[in-house]
Amino acid sequence: MTKANRGARASRAGATPYLYLAPAVVLFTLFVAAPIGYTAYLSLRRVKFSGLGLGKKSRTEIFVGLDNYRAALADGEFWDGWVRVLGYAAMVLTLMLGLALLFALLLDSARVRLPRFSRIAIFLPYAVPGVVATLLWGFLYPPSMSPIHAGLHAVGVDGVDLLSPSTIVFSMVNVAVWGGTGFNMLVLYTQLRAVPRDYYEAARIDGAGELAIALRIKVPMLAPALVLTTVFSIIATMQVFTEPTTLRSISNSVSSTWSPLMNVYGDAFVTGDLYSASATSLVIALIALVPSLGFLRLVRRRAFGEER
Amino acid sequence: MSITASAEGAGRVRRPLGLMPTAVLLLGALYCLLPVAWVLMAASKTRGELFSTNAFAPGTGLLENLSDLSAYRDGIFWQWMANTALYAGVGAVLSTAVSVLAGYALAKFRFFGQNLIFNVLIGGILVPSVVLAVPQYLLLAKAGLADTYWAVLLPSILHPYSIYLARIYAAAAIPDALLEAGRIDGASEGRLLRVVAVPLMGPGMVTIFLFQFVAIWNNFLLPFIMLADDHRFPLTVGLYTLLVTGANQPALYNLVITGALLSIIPLIALFLTMQRYWRTDLSGGSVKS
Repeated sequence: MTKANRGARASRAGATPYLYLAPAVVLFTLFVAAPIGYTAYLSLRRVKFSGLGLGKKSRTEIFVGLDNYRAALADGEFWDGWVRVLGYAAMVLTLMLGLALLFALLLDSARVRLPRFSRIAIFLPYAVPGVVATLLWGFLYPPSMSPIHAGLHAVGVDGVDLLSPSTIVFSMVNVAVWGGTGFNMLVLYTQLRAVPRDYYEAARIDGAGELAIALRIKVPMLAPALVLTTVFSIIATMQVFTEPTTLRSISNSVSSTWSPLMNVYGDAFVTGDLYSASATSLVIALIALVPSLGFLRLVRRRAFGEER
Repeated sequence: MSITASAEGAGRVRRPLGLMPTAVLLLGALYCLLPVAWVLMAASKTRGELFSTNAFAPGTGLLENLSDLSAYRDGIFWQWMANTALYAGVGAVLSTAVSVLAGYALAKFRFFGQNLIFNVLIGGILVPSVVLAVPQYLLLAKAGLADTYWAVLLPSILHPYSIYLARIYAAAAIPDALLEAGRIDGASEGRLLRVVAVPLMGPGMVTIFLFQFVAIWNNFLLPFIMLADDHRFPLTVGLYTLLVTGANQPALYNLVITGALLSIIPLIALFLTMQRYWRTDLSGGSVKS
């Protein structure tokens, strides 16, 4: 760029932010906006076969309105999948975020030994891909190799099949909790470290114990971070795919439509019905958005309303 | 035991309170390390030892497992490893660059449409990847890019949450006065970006890079949908196919286990060496004083 006078510099600064934002906006258009639009378009269409359905000409795409949505909503297996996933998500959210909060608060209280070791160890599963995490636990579940069963045997529990249709959901919850606690703990812990220490000193002088400080001061201060982690966790658990897909190769207890997202994958790539897949995936997106937006709104009123 | 002893020895009244928290944290640590310790041991076992010896005792077959894995289908495992490094490395570098540019622009300039652009980009956080993955595949297939490296790389670059983070980092780390002084001295915007903005955002950039690197390294759904040729697979999809094949051939169990171990070593190394960058504030953005 050449040297410019004041007037030219002002106009150049005017274009600069748009220039810097251009890559993000272009990528957003190509890989977020266009796919959403395309899904919405496909979800309203269907292929119609004429004649014997042979040859290219007999295959035409037609507009069918909301038929695909009606079909998706009428599919019993899809709703069974939701029931499974909602139960799964409720358990994962409670356990994972509960443990993450507990660990973060414990790490932040000064009176803990080996905090560095514990922090790194608990964060470590974040480095393990979902496929590998499922695979590791998958090998630990069957009795043939498992130290878990040896442990259960030691406390007098025998013959628990961790991969049976009735227990598999708990095994899956365990994989998700194991993999997700560390990351959420880190988010909450970093937030806690940013709080000035003298905040707590004042409370201690007033006679507040560690527990009271944790519950009355630290937890409320964590509210924004808790909202963030909860919303992300809701969105992630609702579209669980990797873990049940991987577990299928280890156990027969997981059906090919165990989670709604597996339904979409099956429609799109196994049966090749892109139109149903599109409608179903938009339904999943809406269902996942409702609780997270609802949660955001609820908490905003409760936690941030007072500050205003 | 020694904790109790030293606590009593120190004679501090409130010390024993630290026992429970420490025990709870150590239990958590143990739970998190258990599968990692198991795979470390299991990878060292021969096929016979795998089902017969103590789960947490080392075996004698590590080298054999490694050479078997390397020999499997002409070393395709190492191809997967290289692919993963390529996807995660290049993807995270590009992602960081895009996010930092966008975050800097949003934090340090005032312009028409600023809030609209920010809200639309950030709205992307709430879009579940399921809505995107299938149509992304169809659109890339139309462009002739499905089942290529681009199919995994391109959709991984935009990461709305990183833009949000970059905006927070830029707002906190770059003083307006410094930019103003530079402008008065006649520095071009490009020069301000290079000399002022990027160096000040350095630590934040490393954090964005690391989280994006891990996210791409661990991604399964996107490459699973995009790729058909297993020579382009990343580790996650490769190990998955190996596991599916192994379900009928228990002989492959050792390979799956050894592959699982090797696939997590690079990330664990990244964790331990880059530790201080994993602590940077994720949500509030306030730089700890």
